[in-house]
Amino acid sequence: MIKFDSKSPIYLQVMNEIKKQLALGEIKPGDKLPSSRELAVLYSINPNTASRVYKELEAMGICFKKRGLGTFVTKEINMIKPIKQDMARDYVIAFITSMRDLGYKKEEIIDILKNKEWDNGID
Amino acid sequence: MELIKTTNLSKKFGRNIALDGVEISLEAGKIYGVLGPNGSGKSTLMRLISGLYSKSNGHIEAFSNPLSVESKKHIAYMPTESFFYDYMNIGSTAMYFSDFFEDFDNDRFDLLLKEMGLEKSMKIPSLSSGMNAKLRVALTMSRKATVYLIDEPLNGVDLVARDLILKTVINSLSQDNLIVLSSHQIDIIENVLDEVIFLKEGTIVLNKEAEDARASSGKSIVQLYKEVFKDA
Repeated sequence: MIKFDSKSPIYLQVMNEIKKQLALGEIKPGDKLPSSRELAVLYSINPNTASRVYKELEAMGICFKKRGLGTFVTKEINMIKPIKQDMARDYVIAFITSMRDLGYKKEEIIDILKNKEWDNGID
Repeated sequence: MELIKTTNLSKKFGRNIALDGVEISLEAGKIYGVLGPNGSGKSTLMRLISGLYSKSNGHIEAFSNPLSVESKKHIAYMPTESFFYDYMNIGSTAMYFSDFFEDFDNDRFDLLLKEMGLEKSMKIPSLSSGMNAKLRVALTMSRKATVYLIDEPLNGVDLVARDLILKTVINSLSQDNLIVLSSHQIDIIENVLDEVIFLKEGTIVLNKEAEDARASSGKSIVQLYKEVFKDA
């Protein structure tokens, strides 16, 4: 169960969690998603927040509602790859911003990433 | 749809002004958090809306009419203290509730008991504070009420019981009812709230949608609370 950062909107964080599961293949195209009520109970969040998660994901074309049956992930495989790329891009931007805040310049950041010493900290 | 509305609501106990000019509008389908330090008026507000106290000034409207005996039937209040007699067991508390409240749903109660890991044969004095809290929530949420006012349900409650209580609250919400929670334990309940109402010494100092508050301030409700109440 993930712990939310209450400093930013919960619905965005839940959306990211679902997008991540999609990008990793933990959820597959066409899969049935939990009902918004079930999502609320699962993450201990407000039910309206849970509904909003699906509303926003639907607007992005990531999922859709089948009347009487529930919410399903889109079958469009073309939707999935861009999600992974978009998320990766967001993480990279956040990383570069943080590093710049520390005073690092572009070349220094690239050197750091190339430096094999960092591999020890990562599995 | 607005279910409860208070206009310039005030309550005095002798010279003590417990609530002053409180104006709130509560809509169906939402979970509200009334937050503030001890003595800020949270319980007083809930008791006024549930009809346990009478107001000193202002108006309370329930379901588009002035608060009445009829409207009170659809408002369930759960106090923070245990209100059972020592001779009772869980089964008899259910009978008690069933007698008192027309809208008590025995089947729902059986289901909630099971989810909470409680049994009808358990005697009240043998319950831990967590179990007692779970029982009170199970009894209150088994009423088919329109407005639920739940006063500090997490006080003295262990982690696992807290989770169960929150999940019961989440599961109980529908488009036809609303739930009001009061608590000190803001970090635990903030993700469950639609709107937050901060009460400071009897007056409302903040009334916002939780997600809006987070998005516009970049802070959690806990942080906002600390800022507002740092001198309290």
